[in-house]
Amino acid sequence: MHQSPSNAMRHVYGWLLLTPAAILLIAFTHFPTLATIYESSFSKGNLIRPSRFIGITNYESMLEDPIFWKVLINNFWFAVGTIPASVALAIAMALLVNRALPGRPFLRLAYFTPTILPMIAVANIWLFFYSPDIGLIDQILGWFGFPGHNWLGDPATVLPAIIVMTIWKEAGFFMIFYLAALQNLPPELEEAAKLEGASRWYYFRRVIFPLLMPTTLFVLINAVLNSFKLVDHLFVLTKGGPNNASNLLLYYIYENAFSYFDTNYAATLTVVLLAILAVVALAQFFLFDRRIHYR
Amino acid sequence: MFAKTRKTLTRLAMAACFSTVAVVAQASTELTMYYPVAVGGPLTKIVDGLVADFMKENPDIKANAIYAGNYNDARIKALAALKAGEPAQLSVMFSIDIYELIEQDAIVAFDDIVSTSEEKAWLESFYPTLMQNGRTAGKTWGIPFQRSTIVMYYNKDAFRAAGLDPENPPATWNELVEVGKKLTKADGSQWGAMIPSTGYPYWMFGALTMQNDQVLMNNAGDTTYFDAPATVEALEFWKNLGSKHKVMPEGTIEWGTLRKNFLEGKTAIMWHSTGNLTVVKKKAKFDFGVAMLPASKRRGTPTGGGNFYIFKKTTPEERVAAMKLIKFMTSPERSAEWSMKTGYMGVSPAAYETQKLQDYVKGFPYAAVARDQLEFATAELSTFQTGRVRKLLDDAIQAALTGSKTPAAALQEAQAQAKRLLKPYR
Amino acid sequence: MSQAEIKRRHWTFLEALETVAAWFVAILWIAPLLYAFWAAFHASEYAIHFELFAPLTLENFREALSQAPFLRYGFNTFVLVTMLLASQLVICTLAAYAFARYNFAGSNIAFSLVLVQLMIAPEILIVENYSTLAKLNLIDTITGIGLPYMASAFGIFLLRQAFKSTPKELEEAARLEGCGMFGILWRVYVPLARPIYLAYGLVSISHHWNNFLWPLVVTNSVETRPLTVGLGIFGAPESGVDWSIISAATLLSVAPLLIAFLLFQRQFIQSFMHSGIK
Repeated sequence: MHQSPSNAMRHVYGWLLLTPAAILLIAFTHFPTLATIYESSFSKGNLIRPSRFIGITNYESMLEDPIFWKVLINNFWFAVGTIPASVALAIAMALLVNRALPGRPFLRLAYFTPTILPMIAVANIWLFFYSPDIGLIDQILGWFGFPGHNWLGDPATVLPAIIVMTIWKEAGFFMIFYLAALQNLPPELEEAAKLEGASRWYYFRRVIFPLLMPTTLFVLINAVLNSFKLVDHLFVLTKGGPNNASNLLLYYIYENAFSYFDTNYAATLTVVLLAILAVVALAQFFLFDRRIHYR
Repeated sequence: MFAKTRKTLTRLAMAACFSTVAVVAQASTELTMYYPVAVGGPLTKIVDGLVADFMKENPDIKANAIYAGNYNDARIKALAALKAGEPAQLSVMFSIDIYELIEQDAIVAFDDIVSTSEEKAWLESFYPTLMQNGRTAGKTWGIPFQRSTIVMYYNKDAFRAAGLDPENPPATWNELVEVGKKLTKADGSQWGAMIPSTGYPYWMFGALTMQNDQVLMNNAGDTTYFDAPATVEALEFWKNLGSKHKVMPEGTIEWGTLRKNFLEGKTAIMWHSTGNLTVVKKKAKFDFGVAMLPASKRRGTPTGGGNFYIFKKTTPEERVAAMKLIKFMTSPERSAEWSMKTGYMGVSPAAYETQKLQDYVKGFPYAAVARDQLEFATAELSTFQTGRVRKLLDDAIQAALTGSKTPAAALQEAQAQAKRLLKPYR
Repeated sequence: MSQAEIKRRHWTFLEALETVAAWFVAILWIAPLLYAFWAAFHASEYAIHFELFAPLTLENFREALSQAPFLRYGFNTFVLVTMLLASQLVICTLAAYAFARYNFAGSNIAFSLVLVQLMIAPEILIVENYSTLAKLNLIDTITGIGLPYMASAFGIFLLRQAFKSTPKELEEAARLEGCGMFGILWRVYVPLARPIYLAYGLVSISHHWNNFLWPLVVTNSVETRPLTVGLGIFGAPESGVDWSIISAATLLSVAPLLIAFLLFQRQFIQSFMHSGIK
């Protein structure tokens, strides 16, 4: 421990240095969290009936709200659809880029570029791909004689369509973290594996993958957080439709707060979102301690 | 003696100061208005042009028109700006936002602003059907600006190719099905008709129900009729167009790409806002026609579009200035100009009597279809909690069209939930 | 043929397969962007009736620029990102310094509370944060867009790590030369953490250049609207989509960041890599 000018002063200095950050964090993270929980216990106010305390009534309404359950399920499928696929792709991409394949810089560029684009731009581009009949995918299908499909207008295909688009955007982002981890692995490992005659797959499964565990966990946490934060594309693609088939929790919160002006119900929904995030945080905390394969 | 000169000089100086202050005080009233654009075309430029003309005629008013996105965005922005204490004196917003705005205590009724008998007459100078959505509780809250009805655009060349009379578009539901069947090509390259079911599905549905002689809500905005037999019938017809008669693609049809689909010949008939008229006219590479929507028990269409509203948090001077701007933008000459440039309707009979609009209609008769259809038009769906209620209906329509629920079941559910939402208002 | 030779050929075949697969995926991956690029320079008819060598045109860009002030949006975004990064650098450096070098009472708890923001981004609490901003009269200002992000838990975390790994001897040396608290910070810690600053800077710029939901609710007017929001309301479906114009608008929105990325690829990628290493 280093020597500060005076033992007592280090507390003062510490807190003073922290103050600007503390004020902002409290104002925009901690206080709003508490305020949200508080707001969720009041009713929507208007000219006729001012807002009043109603305890858990909002939560009861929420549990009876079919759209609420729909968005939760959608978020679940969205996460299940995007996360394993993009993580697997990211590992594969990282492995490919890590090898001295011809045209490596181009590969890296191609995989990573979607990450640099804002989701709203990605949605605009893919909106055209998914347009029925005149869109690119239907056109290409037409060349091969397949009929087109209303990808975004069919409740059965809208979520998969969005998942594919999201994987396209996210895989490259995760690839980077795996690339960093791979480049930190000692090269002797690969030599040793070759000498022992281990097959590539065995080498990957038993050596590389476990060593990538910390990265995988980090990437997973990021991916889960993103799956709740990422709703930009809904504004351009489907607005949650058809019939809420692509609606997600954060978008529903936005709708309630800014379209219906029911900030209290929006707060109720936000509390659920916060609870989910808290569970994720706890999971990360415990998993990191237990299953990490540190050297 | 010097004292006297000094006194005079001082008096002169003070007079100069006061008059400068007076001039400065009188200088300009500033107006900020939000407006939405919901149809294609360079509408922002046209609005800017109109506002610029207004400022030329009224040098003491500075008007700032801000494009806010679509109708939803405009309402959100305007109300958010008000809540945040940012001045906006008037705005163009959805004609059906009226109940929400009243509930938020955001707008002032025009009856409370107009004083002279001339102004009161001005309130009555617009088409009564267009005023329906802007009136409630005996007062007028919105003045029509960019108003429309749904019209049926059809591809005359496609009609000829299918052996149909291009001057005889379908006038009834049955004719629509028959004609649609002849126009739908087996290889899927051309559909008979397309009615969009994303974006504003409830609006399209309002046409079908009106054609079945059924309104969707009452005048007080506190009761809906989603599960009336005629309503269910209308939704079943819409669904059958796709699933039974195969003249329309099944599932939902995208609002945004519909015009493009029509221009590309993917569909021979489209139901769309008259606000698309000028763009279609410019871009169609084929001979096209515009007709009133077909009838079931009668002809019908909802009106649509945006009204001018004046916000409550305005000073008397601002209100006077806002009234001037609104009168200017909705005057017969300007309304005519607006209508020609966009395809929206002229908002008053006087607009259609201006020389330029008369000439325009003579040269392009389709510009009058929306106006002629006003006879059969009804107000657009508007109730308290309008956003939620609309979404209930939208979801029900999409559920029925995609086959997740039967029309009857979907509408009954929607009605039950709407009833629950509107109970406190009855 | 010996075992070794067979195995080597096997490797080479596999390698060839890998290369093909890698290239196939790469082309698949870059195709959407290339297509948008192509569509922006061709009239919209060709987007639908695909003709690779159709005539080029700049008309789409002209239309897009005349329909919405993308240049102004770009300027707004630039101001936002710059202002935000500058504030973050200052605020996070101070906080990281406190955590790294001052063992003050409650610092552990404080640090845990800071990390909460990693989980709960400001846009999650969009309703309350909007309300706070309204009370501060910062709605529809660029400052308002940036304010919730100025104290970045991610930045504090990275810098704290960097500062903690700075050898203490350097601090001793600086102190011997008579440096005070800020002198030590400025002369010892900050220069050594330069790679971290660069990494964080690029991550922050990318993230906030592309942020959409929060700026959407905060901004109302052209003077504050960033590119993402401008693009979002431009492509509002009701406006009747013209693919080529929307592609042009999309390109205009992503161009600055994309060009910067293409020019400084290595730095960008290294930054993201750096920020992941825990």
